[in-house]
Amino acid sequence: MTLITAENVSKEYHTGEITVKALKGLSFSIEPASFVSFVGPSGSGKTTLLNLIGCLDKPTEGTLKVADTDVSVMGRKESAAFRGSHIGFIFQDFNLMPVLTVYENIEYPLLMVQSLPPAERKERVEKLLEEVGMSDQRNKYPDQISGGQKQRVAIARALVTNPELVLADEPTANLDSETAYAVINLMKKMKAGLGTTFIFSTHDQKIVGEAEIIYSLEDGRLKEKTVMKEGTHA
Amino acid sequence: MRDLFKIAVRNLRRYKRRTLLTVSLITIGVVFVLVFISVSGSFKAMMVGQITDSMLGHMQVHRKGYVASIDNLPLNLNLTPPMVKKLEGILDSQEAIEAYSPRIKFGGMFSNFVETTNIRLNGVYPERELKTVPLLSSRISEGKAALEKGEIIIPALLSRGMGVKVGDPIVIVATNKDGSVNGKQFRVAGIIESATGPGGRDGYVHIDDAMEVLRMTEMEVSEVAIRLKDFDKLAAMTDTLDTLLAGDVNKQGKPVFEVHNWEKLSPFYNIARMIDVMTFFIKLMLIAIVLISIMNVMIMAVYERIREIGTIAAIGTLPGKILSMFIIEGLCLGVLGTLSGCILGVAIVWLINTAKITFNFGQQTGLILSATVQPADLAIISLIVILVSVIASLQPAVKASRMEPIVALRHV
Repeated sequence: MTLITAENVSKEYHTGEITVKALKGLSFSIEPASFVSFVGPSGSGKTTLLNLIGCLDKPTEGTLKVADTDVSVMGRKESAAFRGSHIGFIFQDFNLMPVLTVYENIEYPLLMVQSLPPAERKERVEKLLEEVGMSDQRNKYPDQISGGQKQRVAIARALVTNPELVLADEPTANLDSETAYAVINLMKKMKAGLGTTFIFSTHDQKIVGEAEIIYSLEDGRLKEKTVMKEGTHA
Repeated sequence: MRDLFKIAVRNLRRYKRRTLLTVSLITIGVVFVLVFISVSGSFKAMMVGQITDSMLGHMQVHRKGYVASIDNLPLNLNLTPPMVKKLEGILDSQEAIEAYSPRIKFGGMFSNFVETTNIRLNGVYPERELKTVPLLSSRISEGKAALEKGEIIIPALLSRGMGVKVGDPIVIVATNKDGSVNGKQFRVAGIIESATGPGGRDGYVHIDDAMEVLRMTEMEVSEVAIRLKDFDKLAAMTDTLDTLLAGDVNKQGKPVFEVHNWEKLSPFYNIARMIDVMTFFIKLMLIAIVLISIMNVMIMAVYERIREIGTIAAIGTLPGKILSMFIIEGLCLGVLGTLSGCILGVAIVWLINTAKITFNFGQQTGLILSATVQPADLAIISLIVILVSVIASLQPAVKASRMEPIVALRHV
């Protein structure tokens, strides 16, 4: 059983009369509970691929299935609902809501997307706050915490809905290397604890080694798949 | 919904200066409209009160065709005794009528034994006339309003022009409907100012004296002025009397009576209408202020929060919820502006009343401006502002809800 299946996926962008082929016939599959990294230089197609997997965009050609659902044919509302129940997102710039506290940011998807009852929301948020080590910062606003702490909150927000898949586009790009490792390790810990599949893109070679499976992209094509046994970082 | 309001309020607090500026603008608009409506409403009520309570009455009944020829005061279009009897029977049976006064109106020559000029006279029962138009006595600048037989109240214009004073004897000469001329000597009992400013040649005599001058054996009245207990029931009463009197037709099958309320009889109705039109345009200005200020601030809000919109859309917030977030933000701005505007507006109206500002209308001087804020006005203005706030937020909110998350997330 696979979580993600891509068959001959291509993506083209049109800018005026110029057509840019961002992805060229990608085929791969990702198992559940994996810790996967897409690496490659800028313009290799990492973000485009994550956008397609995250149902934020649609492939121009090919079939892309996530959790047994063909996401390439979904409508706007359907996509939003699918993302809300199956996918969590971690962004490079953390993208926390500045008007919400740490607690409220984590609670947001449960409240506004899944409309869960208060007791269940509280239980889930409390648990994740504890796991990401942010319990004592719960009432602070994003501008009152550090970058690493923001990314911990973002990880908790991505996981609070119990998604099958978490997508992280350059999650450590705005962090110093020590904090970056801490964030990656937190993601690995959460993956191990919850069985969630994590897919992240990065161009940081040191971070790449933390992934279990590494897909190398170059010029919109899948160049190499590397399976690692253990993270290389000590 | 409570959480959507919480997020909206926090976003408004996030941009304090802009929120304050927009709310202030709406507040000023609401205050301006409220004060204008209450002051102009007060002036209008005062004006209508002066016209109806000192001269016209709330409504009048004439014989069909009389009003069309009213400048000539045609005696041959007076109501005949059976018509008067029938009319009085109907008026007496109406609970809504407080008082009515029959009048014989006629033109005559006014002489102080030295000079002669023309005059318009109203033959009335003084007590009934004062009950029907209670402010009539306030127009008497000298002498008394309660006429007795053989007395006349003359217009100030003639008093000044011909040097006639209270107590002086004068002669009235008039032609009756058969063409014969008759005269009678009167003593000046009072001098009356015009209700509407300089000019005015209307004097008052006792109705019995009018009948004597016109050699009437039976009373033929020119009009019956009516006062209602509740002025707000004017339109309903006009319709009721119209219906009740419609059954009386002449030989040609046309109605004998015609009923007019003050609006049809006084040119001041057009001024009252103009006040209404001005109020309407002031409300339009308020709508424009609210529309432009809220739309502007919401467009800014959407533009500044494109990445946030992208984020919440990416994590699965449905377009409808994003739409609601921004509409609620605009709604909160409108509600805040309305609340502060209403409070400030009521306070200013209270201050105006406390200051006891006076103004003049016609010959009435020192009328105190009594501005009132009607709860209905507060409700209508609040509703308009809140509704327009929502409409103004709609376009930016729709734009936000339709934003592609992938495009919004890329926004720098």
